[in-house]
Amino acid sequence: MWDHEIRAMASTHAIIAASVFMVTVLPAVFVPGFSVYGTHLLWLYLVSGVVTAVSVAVFWLLGITPPTKKHSLGYKLSRLFRSCLYFFLSCLFFHTVVVLYGAPLIESALETFSLAVLLTSLTTLRCLCVLGPNVQAWIRVFSRHGAMSVWDTCLQITVACTMVGAWLGAFPIPLDWDRPWQVWPVSCSLGAIIGFLTGLVAAPAWIHYHRKHLTYKCK
Amino acid sequence: MKGLPVLSLLLWLCSVYFVGIYLFVSGFLLVRLEVNRTSGCGDVLQPGQEPADFCRVQPRFRRVVLLVIDALQLDFARFDPGNTAPRPYENKLPVLEETVSSRPAHSRLYPFRADPPTTTMQRIKGFTTGSLPTFVDVGNNFASSAILEDNLIHQFVQTGKRVVFMGDDTWESLFPKKFHRSLPFPSFNVKDLHTVDNGILQHLYNTMVGDDWEVLVAHFLGVDHCGHRFGPDHPAMAEKLTQMDGVIRSVIDRLQNDTLLVVMGDHGMTDTGDHGGESQKETDAAVFFYSPFPLFAGPLSQSEPDVVPQTDLVPTLALLLGVPIPYSSVGQVLLPLFPPHGQTEGAVGGLSQLEALWINAKQVNRFLETYSTMAKDIPPESLSQLKDTFSQLSSEYLTTIRGGPSPSPELATSLQAYLTSVRDTCRATWAQFNPFKMAAGLAILTLACLICFILSELSFALNGENRSGLKAQVAVALTAGLCVAVCQLYTRGYIEVLWCVAAAAFSSELLFLWRARQSGVCAVAKNGSIAPKCATWLTPRRLLAPPLLVLLLRCASLLSDSYVVAEGRVVTFLVFSLALYIPVHLNWDSLLLPPSHDPLKPAGLLPSPALSPSTVRKESSTLLSCLGLLIGSLYLSLSFHSCREEQGSCQPSPFLSPLSRLQDSQLKNLHYILSVVSLGLCTYLLRCCLRHYGNLNSSGGTVFTARCILPLLSVCLGLHWAVSATPEDTFRNLTELISLAQLALPRAAFCLLGLGLFLIWLDPLTVFVKTRAEYSARGPSLPPPRYRASTGISPQAELHHLIPQIYQRMRRSLDDGELSGGSEAESRPAVEAYGLGTVYSAPLLLFCGLLGIGLLLLHPEGMALSFLLLLLEMAALLHIHASSTNLKGLQGTFSGGYNVPWTPIVLWSLAATQFFHATGHLPTFPSIQWGAAFVGFPDGHTGTTLPASLVTLNTFAAHILFAVGCPLLLFWPLVCEIRGSRGGRAFGEGGEDAVMEMRLRENPQQFSSALLQLATRYLFIHGAQVFASVCAAAILRRHLMVWKVFAPKLMFEASGFVVSSVFLLVGVTLVARVDVAVGRWFKRLIPDASR
Repeated sequence: MWDHEIRAMASTHAIIAASVFMVTVLPAVFVPGFSVYGTHLLWLYLVSGVVTAVSVAVFWLLGITPPTKKHSLGYKLSRLFRSCLYFFLSCLFFHTVVVLYGAPLIESALETFSLAVLLTSLTTLRCLCVLGPNVQAWIRVFSRHGAMSVWDTCLQITVACTMVGAWLGAFPIPLDWDRPWQVWPVSCSLGAIIGFLTGLVAAPAWIHYHRKHLTYKCK
Repeated sequence: MKGLPVLSLLLWLCSVYFVGIYLFVSGFLLVRLEVNRTSGCGDVLQPGQEPADFCRVQPRFRRVVLLVIDALQLDFARFDPGNTAPRPYENKLPVLEETVSSRPAHSRLYPFRADPPTTTMQRIKGFTTGSLPTFVDVGNNFASSAILEDNLIHQFVQTGKRVVFMGDDTWESLFPKKFHRSLPFPSFNVKDLHTVDNGILQHLYNTMVGDDWEVLVAHFLGVDHCGHRFGPDHPAMAEKLTQMDGVIRSVIDRLQNDTLLVVMGDHGMTDTGDHGGESQKETDAAVFFYSPFPLFAGPLSQSEPDVVPQTDLVPTLALLLGVPIPYSSVGQVLLPLFPPHGQTEGAVGGLSQLEALWINAKQVNRFLETYSTMAKDIPPESLSQLKDTFSQLSSEYLTTIRGGPSPSPELATSLQAYLTSVRDTCRATWAQFNPFKMAAGLAILTLACLICFILSELSFALNGENRSGLKAQVAVALTAGLCVAVCQLYTRGYIEVLWCVAAAAFSSELLFLWRARQSGVCAVAKNGSIAPKCATWLTPRRLLAPPLLVLLLRCASLLSDSYVVAEGRVVTFLVFSLALYIPVHLNWDSLLLPPSHDPLKPAGLLPSPALSPSTVRKESSTLLSCLGLLIGSLYLSLSFHSCREEQGSCQPSPFLSPLSRLQDSQLKNLHYILSVVSLGLCTYLLRCCLRHYGNLNSSGGTVFTARCILPLLSVCLGLHWAVSATPEDTFRNLTELISLAQLALPRAAFCLLGLGLFLIWLDPLTVFVKTRAEYSARGPSLPPPRYRASTGISPQAELHHLIPQIYQRMRRSLDDGELSGGSEAESRPAVEAYGLGTVYSAPLLLFCGLLGIGLLLLHPEGMALSFLLLLLEMAALLHIHASSTNLKGLQGTFSGGYNVPWTPIVLWSLAATQFFHATGHLPTFPSIQWGAAFVGFPDGHTGTTLPASLVTLNTFAAHILFAVGCPLLLFWPLVCEIRGSRGGRAFGEGGEDAVMEMRLRENPQQFSSALLQLATRYLFIHGAQVFASVCAAAILRRHLMVWKVFAPKLMFEASGFVVSSVFLLVGVTLVARVDVAVGRWFKRLIPDASR
């Protein structure tokens, strides 16, 4: 029934994953002195930027974004503005949550904020793309019967995977192994990205296997 | 409610846990056997010589002066002339460095390394017996008992030397009746810097001039006490060290030619002035040797040791003074103090280096042989290797003595290497475990955890069956214990009580499991509805639910030393994660927001008319704001943590040091005001809460406690802080008054606390009854008076914000039997009972709060803020639990019964651990706040029970508060219930009344099983943590960090469990007591009301 949707989803995810992969490998080959640990923040922002750009482009091309009611330029502009505002607010929100989880408040604020930007571009941006700038809808999606389409289910899975990945990423920090990836925020951002990639793979697979049981209310 | 079966079941569970813990700990903690033999003059014979008395030989020195300066850290003794701006503890003992540089042949200054534990009594034991300490000894610091092993003092006395002692009275208890003359001074009061030192100085010089002594020991305590009180970085320390400098100078001036002077520190101190652990600052003290007669062969050379282990003092002093080395010493002579071989002839006298080493090696070998016959803990391969080395060395030495080639320097080196390897072997193996006891303890603990879990999951099914069960268990336990005792008596001839108790616990556990299985099957057979419950309680899906997953993570974290070191932050992280999970989970079940109006949904499916969006929104916002409060207090609590020595770049919280240590008076005032404000806020919030639910209207004991004793206690506390913070020298004329106040205020607070707790126990009811005839006109048409009683209330009650608790429903259900429901509601006289709705929780809350303020008394002043956070976090947790229950109940998914789900209980018990850290405690021995023992007893104690219990109360304050308050989790959803939200049966007109906790009385069976479930779940969570740390200690018993991290963690976790379970029992007993009182109250009221 949703075969072509699942196929579209799989190819979208493949494009996003490939772009994350490229942005890790290409600079490492061509830019001297680039490494995931050494110039971690640069890599973080590269990944965030690429994921943002590719997601926005792909979802816009696919036409997943809920259609706007009005077609006036002003309305579109205000939507764009609100999306940017939500993006920024979500960065602040994630920053606060991470600090409350125990990240240093002042010392490495830049690192913490970069992690918040990464988390935002992996989770909130997807919400923006799929649901538009509508917080009510975001909250609704994350409930048992809240998903209204295949894309909503996919959103649930990827966001949950990213969050769990970032949460698990905090676990190795206290260990006394003195590895370069234990430095704040490397393990958390690696965890988030690995979780995100897992989510990208898991979402189409899960939906494919459960396609018989999935029923959606009509919009 | 049937209180007794619940209590006895819990008591049985706790005692089973205790047996398991005790069994494991007794097998795990090291025991070194003491060898009760002593060396004599006859058995240290020179080889190849005719039998002669060793002690008759002219020794190198006739007399020795041993100046022990407690906590003389290495940094204190060093002198750096280039240091232009010395800190208070630097460059204050120039005499040592001056002497060393001006008279290099006469003196040396060495770093002196103590073995952990670096507490004074263990150190005195260590540097008089020459043996290594074991872990068990740590606990004995309060009641130091006489040393039974062979030691230096004993040897001195044995050979007729007169030992004169002055100073720390610990010596007197360690060596009773050994001293020729003794001038002990009390050591226990760490606030007293001068008594001991001035006492010594009054007598030291006179004694030195006299000639009635051969050994003079003077133990100064001022430096140590100064460190405890002010820390090393304080002007008082400079003053104290300068005084010591003068003492050393005068002693050097009075020394005679045949006298050796040893100045030593028994241990060091950390930057905060504490000691007991094994960081380098604590273990590295200084030792200084001086003699007016040239002592050393030459100036400081390369071959001299960098660091002198503390045990090495024993053989060195013994041989220098010509007494046998104590039997069980494993020390090594300090070679530089003996002349090289071949120079012994002449006036010097005494032994050469090689001779001394030989005697030493022979003594150590003899000790090793004796020890290996007594105990089998030294591994045989290393033992035989050591024996081979010794026999080879001894033959080599003997050929040298019998006119062979001149001794090679290699011989001395290999003798030294032998001694070092013996010492290392002993150090490694005196970590001896009893694997059987450990395994048995583990088995009992595993079963106990399993029973706890089963009981908590099946308490509703099991509670009915178990009333007679406990008797059978006790009988079986007694039989098994007796059997084992008889067996032991037959096979071995003596009884080891521990094994009997273990057998008893184990058999009763097995019996319980068997019965649980039976009764579970019965319950399934009888009642089909329980069947799914029984069948599914162990599925992985249930076990991996997030609260249990968090518990699992917490337990797993106890197995890694890094996580134990970072425990405070780890627990906070977990609590925060689980707290965030609550709204996420509610949202996932679409319970957090009012459902959007769905036209497709048939109207009949809407669960209840109470489901109005506004109610849901109100509850959700309560939940979210409480979550914010919880998260805020979690975050702020991080700033009250103390620091372990393993955490390098960590600053302990500034609130941890007592006010008297602060020097900036403005900062002091600020801290004081903050503390007092938070104390006042605690008291005010507590009273507000009680008043809000109408519990302050009657005139019982509890109300009196809440109205008078609670504020009085706070006032006492505030005054006490003020008095103890005043600097000693500001009010000279008020000294007497201040010391009186320091004594009286805390004692008054203790008395008030005791009185308050007693009154709550005596009369726990907080119900104010008002009988009103005209009130019977109230029908369903009248709006139920919810918050404010509008008419005809006594002025006293009108002042307060009340909830009138309508007693009618209660009575109706009670009277139904007699009146068969025939009477009309209008014809009955009505009774209004204020505060009946919170009749259970109010005394418990007050008990908890009173205890909290009492425990705050034992903490440093700054911890008042932390206690305020604790109170707020408790309230936030309770409200989160209540509103999530309400949200579930509102939307029809309420599962029935009063059972408390896992999430709030896990949060509650993790919060206990979190506040253990946030009140400045750490699971390490040096971080124990010994100051708590002196609150109200500034002059020290005579016994050991009182100070030990005060320190325990201080250490486990958070555990105590959360354990006592645990039953509140059961009551709070009822207190905060939304009317008509639950109890489908009574949903009609009666449902409009606010019945609150009276629901529990209607269902005594469900009440008791819910209480049992709550308590067993709480016990399970704590028990699982104990189990995890027991596992950690058992698995990692040869780990590098076992004595530094895992063993102290195990001790703290186990003691925390014991304290928690005791106070959980106290809380449950209090609930049972209230229940009995409520029952009596009803009995009294019913004839009264239906008159």
